[in-house]
Amino acid sequence: MKKEDVPQYDENLLNGIKEIQYAVDKNGNYTEVKSPGWEPKNVALKQALSLVDEIIEDARMQVNEGKKSPIFFYMHLKQMDLQILKEESGLPKFILKRHFKPKIFNKLSEKTLNKYAKVFGISTEELMKIPEKPVKALEYNFGFKLQN
Amino acid sequence: MNNIIDFQHKMSAHCENGVTGNLLRFYGIELSEPMIFGIGSGLFFFYMPLIKMNGIPVTSFRPLPGVIFKRVTKRLGIDVNVRQYKNQIRAAEEVDKLIEQNIPVGMVVGVYDLTYFPPAYRFRFNAHNIIAVGKENNIYYISDPIMEKIEQINAEDLLKTRYAKGTYKPKGKMYYIKHVPETYDINSAIVKGIKHTCRNMLNIPFPYAGLNGIKTLAKHVKKWPDKLGERKAKLYLGQVVRMQEEIGTGGAGFRFLYAAFLQEASQIMNKPQLNDISGQMTEVGDLWREFGVEAGRIFKDRYSGSNPYGEISKLLLKIRNEEEKTFLNLNKLIKNI
Repeated sequence: MKKEDVPQYDENLLNGIKEIQYAVDKNGNYTEVKSPGWEPKNVALKQALSLVDEIIEDARMQVNEGKKSPIFFYMHLKQMDLQILKEESGLPKFILKRHFKPKIFNKLSEKTLNKYAKVFGISTEELMKIPEKPVKALEYNFGFKLQN
Repeated sequence: MNNIIDFQHKMSAHCENGVTGNLLRFYGIELSEPMIFGIGSGLFFFYMPLIKMNGIPVTSFRPLPGVIFKRVTKRLGIDVNVRQYKNQIRAAEEVDKLIEQNIPVGMVVGVYDLTYFPPAYRFRFNAHNIIAVGKENNIYYISDPIMEKIEQINAEDLLKTRYAKGTYKPKGKMYYIKHVPETYDINSAIVKGIKHTCRNMLNIPFPYAGLNGIKTLAKHVKKWPDKLGERKAKLYLGQVVRMQEEIGTGGAGFRFLYAAFLQEASQIMNKPQLNDISGQMTEVGDLWREFGVEAGRIFKDRYSGSNPYGEISKLLLKIRNEEEKTFLNLNKLIKNI
């Protein structure tokens, strides 16, 4: 890749940082060039991010329909899966799956609820309900808004 | 304990090169990022359909985290200490003790809880490398090669990243330099690094590693749309591109970085032929970028041809064949040095 061809396609995905790339100058010598991003890379990253949001929205719908408890929603919102939630909470998978059931969730003790809230880094009040509208994980978790 | 080490931080394309290079510089060994990458045999290809992350096969353009540091220090005769702790409190105390003695500490972390990291990159990805270079009250000073300056993170968050859960857990892994020899043989380190990379790319008798891996991926890619459906095929392909484009790969799975290494090696060793091979490697890198662009068209449904996955499979085979020529040349040359 030539130095002048290093893409400067900025969608602020790196939050202002420019990454280093190596490209050749006129004399064929490699040199460091800074770049805020390039299109195919940004597309692939945004694809991964929107997949996360799709999974979260699917979980939110299931909670809304009374099929799953908020724990299921917050697990996905925090990009966890059953394995990570198991390790973070110290609870076995079959217990976690039971807690995904709204009926059982409603009977959970304060102590257990606090434990989940802590794992998700939210308050216990937050854990009791889910957002009314679809959420973007980046915005909700890190207060970061994607361009477009 | 409060102590901030006087540490020169430099950004790099790839985190492990950066951490290794910054640690070596602290002890008076100045090597460029491409040199670290080449001596550490950082170039690789791995496509493993049997291991999945989030339901998508694992593809990687680099060896396992930690090996670049290990190989570079070994090849230069540097004494290091690599440790893991089951006990998190001890893991934190050990870092503090080292910082107090003015010893910068490298560590493997997950990026999800890395609070200063670019938010769009905060996935549950557990193979990032950083250096702790100071502590003040509850705040650690961190040299992270992706960031432009020294960053800060509080002790609880740092510990969380060191014990991140999920695939490839870092388990508190940390490493530091114990002793640096007065002289070292850079030529022999370069030769060892190149030989190892040639072996990894050409000779692993396993269909998922090195050039064989690229061939297997090419064979699989063209079947994805029929086998998985359009949506999942895109996700599979997206994963390959994301790894190829990961921060620091230069959009070409590190091929340009390796070409830069070969060029520098040709000057150090006075072997102009290495520079010719560097040129070939640059061309291979350009082909990988072309692959990224074509894959990007597929994601955005902007592909004009009728058989996008078939075409992209052909492109991968072409890349594989060009890489083979390049590595065979390199292998032949390095055996005679």
